[in-house]
Amino acid sequence: MSTQLNGAQTFDKNKLTKIVFSDDTMQTVQKMMKRYPEGKHKSALLPILHIAQAEFGGWLSPETMDYVASVLNIKPIEVYEVASFYSMYNLKPVGKCLLEVCRTSSCWTRGAEDVVKHLEKKLGIKEGETTKDGMFTIKTVECLGSCGSAPMLQCGASYHENLTLEKVDALLENYRKAGKQRSYTDLDYKNTL
Amino acid sequence: MGIKLLIHNDKVPGIETLAVYRQMGGYASVEKALKTMTPNDVVEEVKKSGLRGRGGAGFPTGMKWSFLFKPEGVERYLVCNADESEPGTFKDRYLMEKIPHALIEGMITSSYALGAKTSYIYIRGEYFYVARILEKAIEEAYAAGWLGKNILGTDFSHDCFVQVGGGAYICGEETALLESLEGKRGNPRIKPPFPAIAGLYGCPTVVNNVETIATVCPIINMGGEEYAKIGIGKSTGTKLISASGHINKPGVYEIELGLPVEEFIYSDEYCGGIINGRKMKAVVAGGSSVPILPTELILKTAKGEPRLMSYESLSDGGFLTGSMLGSGGFIVYDETTSIVKNLYTFARFYHHESCGQCSPCREGTGWMEKILHRIVEGHGKPSDIDLLWDIQRKIEGNTICPLGDAAAWPVASAIRHFRAEFEEYVNHPERIKDVKHYYSVQQVSEAQL
Ligand SMILES: Cc1cc2nc3c(=O)[nH]c(=O)nc-3n(C[C@H](O)[C@H](O)[C@H](O)COP(=O)(O)O)c2cc1C
Ligand code: SF4
Ligand code: FES
Repeated sequence: MSTQLNGAQTFDKNKLTKIVFSDDTMQTVQKMMKRYPEGKHKSALLPILHIAQAEFGGWLSPETMDYVASVLNIKPIEVYEVASFYSMYNLKPVGKCLLEVCRTSSCWTRGAEDVVKHLEKKLGIKEGETTKDGMFTIKTVECLGSCGSAPMLQCGASYHENLTLEKVDALLENYRKAGKQRSYTDLDYKNTL
Repeated sequence: MGIKLLIHNDKVPGIETLAVYRQMGGYASVEKALKTMTPNDVVEEVKKSGLRGRGGAGFPTGMKWSFLFKPEGVERYLVCNADESEPGTFKDRYLMEKIPHALIEGMITSSYALGAKTSYIYIRGEYFYVARILEKAIEEAYAAGWLGKNILGTDFSHDCFVQVGGGAYICGEETALLESLEGKRGNPRIKPPFPAIAGLYGCPTVVNNVETIATVCPIINMGGEEYAKIGIGKSTGTKLISASGHINKPGVYEIELGLPVEEFIYSDEYCGGIINGRKMKAVVAGGSSVPILPTELILKTAKGEPRLMSYESLSDGGFLTGSMLGSGGFIVYDETTSIVKNLYTFARFYHHESCGQCSPCREGTGWMEKILHRIVEGHGKPSDIDLLWDIQRKIEGNTICPLGDAAAWPVASAIRHFRAEFEEYVNHPERIKDVKHYYSVQQVSEAQL
């Protein structure tokens, strides 16, 4: 597991949006913190990191993590150590659509490698890279609990299952047209394609 | 059609809503338990049912519940393990997605039995949309008085919350899950103390799988003794099986325990046989962590008896000739599959998911991945096979949590049953160079037409 926190080098100060939750989001966050007993609100760290990642550009910059620490009133290191442990938190910027292709056994048996190769060819990037326009990042991930509908990929909250290369093409086109950032916390998961 | 107790209503339109779920008899177990039974009665029924944990280890649920430490004035917790990250397993997702109230109902009835005022459902982060479905169901349940203060006018009050994870297989291990639920890295704890004594926030805690908790409802409704009549021997009841790989009909099936493996694979009611009419080569019967078995040994035990879908039958023969029911993640491989390459995907998985606390697991999984990678790439040495064997043996039993064993067993079993294939790879890399070892997506979609 990666423990590097090297987001700072690629962080563009000019694009800095102010890192503060909107009033609405803050309400959700505070409600979340109340799910746990008095003094145990640190429990809300993982869900709040998902929200922060969705709100502040699809990744967790050091600034974002420091902000989350201040909201939860914990030390920044407590946030860094968690963010670097779990695979869903991006410690470097990613494209608007993070295409996470499952590569584990069941998906592999049904052509996951073809899906990755096809994506690489179509987008002109390698796995782990982001297209120049900042639209797509390809990532390979481990089993997403969709083995019965393999091969599959996840983008934001949406599972795309029983993939064929044609489906992948259509998906890319639709995502490109929509042009918006996808996150795990998308409410309209069913309509996100 | 076999008996179904969990997902018999999965195709009923609107079953995800409280209204329809209720129409189909939902929440009866809460009524029965809260109005006519003491918490201890509920525990006794679960004991009588013979229910065994559906998360993988198969530990008797009633017994686990009766171990829960109950000091005066200390909170107790029920935590539902919905982390479901074992490769090949997707049954909990199906249940939660289709019939979310089945889990909520089970959470209430089980919490009543345990005297837990608060429960948490810890769900893997990637299932974010499923978490939303659960949250909606919970809102409905609160609005209708199934959750909250004084449920059904009794003095039992209960709150249930959903918590999403951040993407880590290890958080399925119950103590890692508790760490994660406390907002920390998912490092498994050293046991003892067990969660039943010191779990969430140091309080007595029961951790159970989604399916286990949902199964409590039919048990309470029909009575533990009736439930125990279903199934075979000590494998009582029904089990959700996630079927994937080279079969015609991948999906989630509810089976009565004791169903012959052959029937499960070839019958049209279940997997519908092997894709493209090919031959079967091997099966991983209980999720990636359990030993892989070749066709001869999955269909029949070493004694020549038909192998059944049950805890006992699948493990008959120990690891020499048997496997485990595990989480019920049933992955089928046809004759074209490269066992070596498939094993590489597993080794990569375990290396990626090791939390890194103990060196045999952290280093061992890394080496196994590296060695398998070079074998798959055609750069393996004949000595690599024994090296792999040696590494897996040194991991097994020498780690804080069972992830180490889970990483070792697939390697051991693949070498045990398919050594010739490994030898082909290291002795004749030129022969395997251009062989395609998996179906292309095109082939799969054509086969399904
Ligand atoms: C590495 C590892 C991963 C696990 N993953 C899961 C999981 O995803 N879901 C689950 O229910 N149990 C999982 N378990 C088993 C749990 O530790 C625990 O035994 C189980 O949740 C108990 O519930 P049960 O008695 O109802 O089966 C895992 C265990 C290990 C060692
Ligand atoms: S066995 Fe592996 S996953 Fe488990 S505690 Fe040790 S290093 Fe972590
Ligand atoms: S193996 Fe790909 S989703 Fe499980």
